[in-house]
Amino acid sequence: MSAYAGETAVEARTSFGDFVARAHRSGRLVVQPRMGFAPPGEMRAGLLATKGAAALTAGTITLDSYTRTGDHAAARRALAGGTALNGYPLVSHGAATTRAVLTGVRDGSFPVQVRHGSPDPRDIVAQFAESGLDATEGGPVSYCLPYGRTPLRVAVDNWARCTEMLAGLQERGPEPHLESFGGCLLGQLCPPSILVATSVLEGVFFRQHGMRSVSLSYAQQTNAVQDEEALRALRRLAGEVLADIDWHVVLYAYMGVYPSSRHGALRLLADAARLAVRGGAARLIVKTAAEAHRIPTVAENVEALEVAAESAQSTAPARTAVAEDSETYAEARALVDAVLDLDDDTGTGLVRAFARGYLDVPHCLHADNRGRARSYLDDTGRLRWAEFGSVPIADVAEARPSAELTAASLLTALEYVRRTYDSGPAST
Amino acid sequence: MTIIAEPSLPTATVSRPGRRLRIIVNSVASDSHTWNLVYLPLLMEGMGHRVRNLGACVPDELLVAECRRQRPDLVVVSSVNGHGHVQGTRLIRQLCACDELRGVPVVIGGKLGVAGLGGDHYADGLMAAGFAAVFAGDADADVDDFSADVRSLSVQMAVGW
Repeated sequence: MSAYAGETAVEARTSFGDFVARAHRSGRLVVQPRMGFAPPGEMRAGLLATKGAAALTAGTITLDSYTRTGDHAAARRALAGGTALNGYPLVSHGAATTRAVLTGVRDGSFPVQVRHGSPDPRDIVAQFAESGLDATEGGPVSYCLPYGRTPLRVAVDNWARCTEMLAGLQERGPEPHLESFGGCLLGQLCPPSILVATSVLEGVFFRQHGMRSVSLSYAQQTNAVQDEEALRALRRLAGEVLADIDWHVVLYAYMGVYPSSRHGALRLLADAARLAVRGGAARLIVKTAAEAHRIPTVAENVEALEVAAESAQSTAPARTAVAEDSETYAEARALVDAVLDLDDDTGTGLVRAFARGYLDVPHCLHADNRGRARSYLDDTGRLRWAEFGSVPIADVAEARPSAELTAASLLTALEYVRRTYDSGPAST
Repeated sequence: MTIIAEPSLPTATVSRPGRRLRIIVNSVASDSHTWNLVYLPLLMEGMGHRVRNLGACVPDELLVAECRRQRPDLVVVSSVNGHGHVQGTRLIRQLCACDELRGVPVVIGGKLGVAGLGGDHYADGLMAAGFAAVFAGDADADVDDFSADVRSLSVQMAVGW
């Protein structure tokens, strides 16, 4: 039931951004799974099931790891040899197959986004025009630093070209859309202001390379009050910095170590949906009850979409003004200003920012990350700074040295959410 | 599964101080996950060993070259994206083909297939290909077994077993 209630004719060529904006205006949260299967028939069935869920949904084609890392020969070997892949090999299948997957599935009431995670998605975006695709996600920082070993400078150049390729589809049809994955980074234990600033900065980068419709992300962390504050900070900053283009905020349900119990997993998802509505996000990427154990089935994804939609429908947006001052806003604003001041070219500014340690992601192993900033979880689950390193927020924030990190204390922090939700009440 | 080196130690030697091991930790070429690679070095450094962390998405040739250069006492391959059994098999064949790495134990663990845990399904094949141990079952038990194996290896090297 993806069409809006009460609407009979839906514009067949609605863009991803327009679809979400319209839903947001009507007070409905768009929910979206992560879903990718190698066999085209299964991929199509997954999209149809998403479309048919009792929720306002967008579809996802998640690509496999070989395609993500540019090893298309390995993807083709796996397809030929019948070895299972962990997603849809878009490049190896080719445009005709993808068009067949989408025909009669993707329409004005059901947009589809490609999710991949590549520091060099040129081969992927090159498939878009012929495959009839126009929405994807990632970013020069968010798909580089947390993953693999591509130098940041190279990822910035790759993403500049990809963004321009995607923006080039503007002449041909629905407005193309690009989402920043900057609100996730390593998924957990990153101070929210770094997530907010990275999302906004990648949005500025996308605009600089021609995009007119973007989304900015934030991943649910460990404290609902802090998360709501972060979503408001993200919306306020986006309003200030990206006012001349279409943008919306997308929330990811928790991206760290997920509860292993069914009741814990679904309760965390329901809380994510409430957080999305209260914080003014327009779209939610869900997680399933199977998340801790394996790649979820289509039925588990449909269940997650419906649980999230139901939770969202019973929640009202918070009445707090978007413009309120908060620690997260003050830190993120200082970070965005510091990085934009480094160079007129945002990509160059981002590379310099990481080299100087203005942006520094705790626990990130990438060679271009300084690794001097440290974070910790306080007793209430709020993410705090233990050390700033060179992150330029000493005027607006406070760092408190914490105990030395050990394998045991890292595990305790990584499993905070799992522990909290698995040990909670069994009824959802 | 605890098969780093056989035969197992006489009980009398288990309490002896071990040697400080030089350990290489890495993932497979297609795997971008890193929390496992943040955790494992802390675990082994906490036991007193020296760890060289090669990070995520390690190309086979980089690992082989680093192993030849550093001659580690132990190589730990950790993968959670489901491609570990395929790329791990390819990797161990290349390591086993290096004369200078003969006798260096290489272990693998994580979520090794796309069906999730239940790695016993892959263990026989991976062991046959040349891994000294496979840790792909229950995570808590695996960490305990792995830690015991590292301890055991360190004592064995100290007593010149």
